[in-house]
Amino acid sequence: MKKFTEIRSIATPFPRVNIDTDIIIPAKHLKSIKRTGFGDHAFETIRFEADGTPIQDNVFDCDRYKGASILVTGDNFGCGSSREHAPWAISELGFRCIIAPSFADIFAGNCVKNGILTVALPQTDVDALVLAAEAGHKICVNLPNQTVTCGNAHYEFDFNSAHKQMLLDGLDEVGQTLKSAAAISTYEDKQKLTTPWLFKA
Amino acid sequence: MPQSNKMTMYDKIWANHIVEDRGDGSALLYIDRHLVHEVTSPQAFDGLRASGRTVHRPDSIIAVPDHNVPTKDRHLPNPDPMSTAQLDALEANVKDFGLDYIPVDDARQGIVHVVGPEQGFTQPGVTLVCGDSHTSTHGAFGALAFGIGTSEVEHVLATQTLLLRKSKNMRVTVTGEMPTGCSAKDVALAIIGALGTAGGTGYVIEYAGPVIEGLSMEGRMTLCNMAIEAGARAGLVAPDDKTIDYMRGRPYAPKAGQFEAAVPFWKALSSDEGAVFDKEVMIVGSEIVPQVTWGTSPEDVVAVTGRVPAPESFSDPAKQEAVAKALNYMGYAPGTGMTEFPIDRVFIGSCTNSRIEDMREAAAVIKGRKVADHIIEAMVVPGSGLVKLQAEEEGLDRIFTDAGFQWRDPGCSMCLAMNPDKAGPGEHVASTSNRNFVGRQGPGSRTHLVSPAMAAAAAIAGHFVDVRDF
Ligand code: SF4
Repeated sequence: MKKFTEIRSIATPFPRVNIDTDIIIPAKHLKSIKRTGFGDHAFETIRFEADGTPIQDNVFDCDRYKGASILVTGDNFGCGSSREHAPWAISELGFRCIIAPSFADIFAGNCVKNGILTVALPQTDVDALVLAAEAGHKICVNLPNQTVTCGNAHYEFDFNSAHKQMLLDGLDEVGQTLKSAAAISTYEDKQKLTTPWLFKA
Repeated sequence: MPQSNKMTMYDKIWANHIVEDRGDGSALLYIDRHLVHEVTSPQAFDGLRASGRTVHRPDSIIAVPDHNVPTKDRHLPNPDPMSTAQLDALEANVKDFGLDYIPVDDARQGIVHVVGPEQGFTQPGVTLVCGDSHTSTHGAFGALAFGIGTSEVEHVLATQTLLLRKSKNMRVTVTGEMPTGCSAKDVALAIIGALGTAGGTGYVIEYAGPVIEGLSMEGRMTLCNMAIEAGARAGLVAPDDKTIDYMRGRPYAPKAGQFEAAVPFWKALSSDEGAVFDKEVMIVGSEIVPQVTWGTSPEDVVAVTGRVPAPESFSDPAKQEAVAKALNYMGYAPGTGMTEFPIDRVFIGSCTNSRIEDMREAAAVIKGRKVADHIIEAMVVPGSGLVKLQAEEEGLDRIFTDAGFQWRDPGCSMCLAMNPDKAGPGEHVASTSNRNFVGRQGPGSRTHLVSPAMAAAAAIAGHFVDVRDF
């Protein structure tokens, strides 16, 4: 998992409320045995007609927002099923931070596990950031200070401290456990002496 | 926690595997053995790849496909694209990460929980995990074995550990003698009937007493397999001479020289005399009779001599409602005698009852008889290729096929009906598997859990019969 400290980037404006995980990644694409490859189907109904032709000028594919790492969106983002495929898909589109008035709980938790920062700000601030994104201004999100700045505007946000540490360290649960790598190998050295038959020579 | 320096077997295995004590009863626990199959592993391997990690100890793993493999016509192309994709992914992953692998066309292939013990991979005193809840099976050897989810599979692959909270200790003692006509499955069902499906929640169950000691290793596996159906995290049986004899000479067992060192270690695992259990349950073994489930939970079980209960016979209103629902789904009226149940389909298999002893038990009942005319399909699915070969050497396959049973290739098959082996809506299945949940053996299917002998007798009679007078 990549560490998250600060990102400065243009942003994709997508000011729609109640974007559910089915819109983020439709259920019919969940049969995959992988956790990659979902980006092609992310926001499919917004990016493609039913017959698969690309929709002109959608915010996710147009040149104007190419390279954006920040998504500025509407209230209650990520509601619906618990599928972790949603953050996987969003991540593949290149987003590392989502700014919205609020997020669904499970979705926000899944984002942390996948190195995505979710920033909740009051509706009026989000509205201002949508306008800034549309104008092509860069937005700066700083996690250590928990701030968002854009031009002269400056916002502060709340964030769970345990989750903050995971993102700052770039550690998912496995990464967290690997902090104990020394203890694990000490244990193994001891076991090789007491139960050597459990190790292949 | 009981205040005593006497330890239970579970306490000992737990203590032996603590990498870091995290306080409040939880610890980072070392995992010695990991069984991997095609259904719950692909995303875990993909996760490793996505984060640039490796498998910490490839020598702690055996991978074998079982859940979604076809059980017939294996020489033909696999008709199911999902199954093919899962099998291909497993094969690619074992290559990438350098794991021991038993492919579908290998004689050793079979259900993870049959293969692990058979290969000597399952050993007393180890911690063993698999992305499948019936991993409790391996507790028969005195191994602390339990099922885990896909994210935990990834965690074990990468770190060889799990962060766990310690369960409480329960001992279930089965006294007396095993009655004739009964087997480990009847003991397992009778225990669940007594405890309820949540009775073991929060506990690791140690099975003890003369009936348990009298069981073969196969029988102990059947018993521990169903510990999870009582809600327990794991089941355990103390290693004894049978365990040690079983281990000897198996491919993954300790080699000569090491074996002699392992034996005293294994023998010392038993609970100390006077160790205190948080809960003790006594079952009178000699009172056990052949069991049949009538509902949609393994605790919905009665003696074959019994009747379907009425919802009103339970005092808890929630239970009354559950019973009424279950009866409605199963299509039976309260008071129906268990032997009045007509059966449409018979399945002898699954990690509960697909070992050689189960094959022998079923064949002994079937020998020289014919499957009843109205039975749509009766199948025997051996737990592994080695069980299949052994059964064929003993001529058991002929007994089954002569009677009208199908003799299939090893896999999970109709236990979870992920592959084409399914029961149709409304059909009653006499099944030696472990779960009779709604739709488990196919949408609308109605499962009755029984022992191999009872399933065999039901196939011949066309309805359940008391195998003791059959
Ligand atoms: S046979 Fe059934 S219970 Fe056993 S591993 Fe397969 S699916 Fe799970």
